[in-house]
Amino acid sequence: MPDLDYRQKAWSIGLIVLFFAGWELFCLMTGMSDLVLPRPSQILVTLVQKFPLLWPHILQTLATTMIGFVLGVVLGVVLGAIIGVSKTAYDTCYPLLVGFSSIPKVALVPIFVLWFGSGSVPAVLTALSICFFPIVVNIATGLATTEPELEDVLKALGATKFDILWNVGLPRTMPFFFASLKVAISYAFVGAVLSETVASNRGIGNVMMTASSNFNVPLVFAGLFVLAALGVALYAIFAVIEGRVTGWATRKNDLIAT
Amino acid sequence: MMRMQPSPAFAGTPVSSDSGSQSAAVAIELSDVSVTFGRGERAVPALAPTTLKVGDGEFVALVGPSGCGKSTILRLVAGLVQPSTGVVILGGREVAAKALRIGMAFQNPTMLPWLTIEQNIMLPLKIVEPYRSQFAKLKRTTFRDKANALLEQVGLKGFGRRFPWQLSGGMLQRANLCRALIHEPRMLLLDEPFGALDQFTREELWSILQELWILHRPTVLLVTHDLREAGFLASRICVMSARPGRILDDRHVAFARPRTVAMTFEPEFVALNQRLRAFIVGEHGAAKPTGADHA
Repeated sequence: MPDLDYRQKAWSIGLIVLFFAGWELFCLMTGMSDLVLPRPSQILVTLVQKFPLLWPHILQTLATTMIGFVLGVVLGVVLGAIIGVSKTAYDTCYPLLVGFSSIPKVALVPIFVLWFGSGSVPAVLTALSICFFPIVVNIATGLATTEPELEDVLKALGATKFDILWNVGLPRTMPFFFASLKVAISYAFVGAVLSETVASNRGIGNVMMTASSNFNVPLVFAGLFVLAALGVALYAIFAVIEGRVTGWATRKNDLIAT
Repeated sequence: MMRMQPSPAFAGTPVSSDSGSQSAAVAIELSDVSVTFGRGERAVPALAPTTLKVGDGEFVALVGPSGCGKSTILRLVAGLVQPSTGVVILGGREVAAKALRIGMAFQNPTMLPWLTIEQNIMLPLKIVEPYRSQFAKLKRTTFRDKANALLEQVGLKGFGRRFPWQLSGGMLQRANLCRALIHEPRMLLLDEPFGALDQFTREELWSILQELWILHRPTVLLVTHDLREAGFLASRICVMSARPGRILDDRHVAFARPRTVAMTFEPEFVALNQRLRAFIVGEHGAAKPTGADHA
């Protein structure tokens, strides 16, 4: 039903536009100072004007986020696979992981700075430390939900643990994995920007920090917009990949026709 | 050795301990095998010492009350459970050997949702030698043809490219049988494969399984609650007692093949059913059949 689809899309775009229009109107009608809440049009103008200045910082934040994210995915998949397969690993690692994930990551940044100095490394590590946990949990859950009957069928054929992991466990984990990637990429952004805010002289986080100490509030908001836009873009990319790889899990209607 | 049961001739012939004459080779041999889960005070005896010999190409049904250890026997044969005492010998070798060709099917068809039906059926070929080493080379040609030939035998011609969620429960169970047979196993272990299906689908699948058995002639161990199913399919029926299970009765079913659903309503067949039923019900109630009540 493409008609319905378009109407649905038009509605959501309309509502988003309405949200920003409402914001703009609210600021104009209440005479809100742009030191408190700038208007979206102001933010947009600042964004365009300061874009050449922002661009290297955008690249910096994007780079630290992506490196932290990729390392986080690798670590998350390995840990998740170990925890999902071995009962002993589950019992020892899980309490440790839950403990680690409960630590506010802001508290880690000074430690990373102490070890590696300020700059890109703490940003990458903070991004990593904040984004790997959802991946671990999802991979481990996916592996743990393998049907015991199917495992018996394969074991009776003489399948090794690796055979079962490769043919059944990992493919079954894919929907969980991609769901966790979408969460993890947002987390990685939060981690990188957090670290930049506290201890770096580059990156969007640092730009926002400097701007706010200069009372350049429109620039702070421009930074927020950039972060939001990057977050949405990366989320969308992973959503598309997810749809391609794990379409079987969502049972798309258009697959039935084939 | 196994317990014998005097019975009228029309309800099948009991298997005596020394009548291994009807089949030359022994496929499965359990000698005084018992299984206990857990240890110490929490130990649960699942299977009392049991001796059972199954000839090559025989179709044996295991019936009995739930939790009586029927599935444990199946899992012993598959090497998924180790015997607490006794030995399990398959085709003359102890079960440790991995090269055994076993096909298994459960009540839950467990098709992998990300693979098509033919890919699901080919899964054992990815695991078992000699197919395993040729899999990458032959999966689009010989192996796929093999899968589709089996699908045709169970009445699923043309469904190979569909995904599991596009098929009904009965169709999935047919595919499940195909997966259990694709690697040409010498032995087929079926644990209530039709338990979740409606009566008509179940009867249809009995005929299909019978045809497959006549065609491929594997040794079959079928665990079932359904006495009609056992009578229809099996060439021999073992009745087991409540936990810890032991074999109460062991008899040949001599009805001619191919059997039909209509046959299951004939007096001889009904008499066999009632006879089997008496063992299982008698275990629970007061009216124990004579000869079976001493442990």
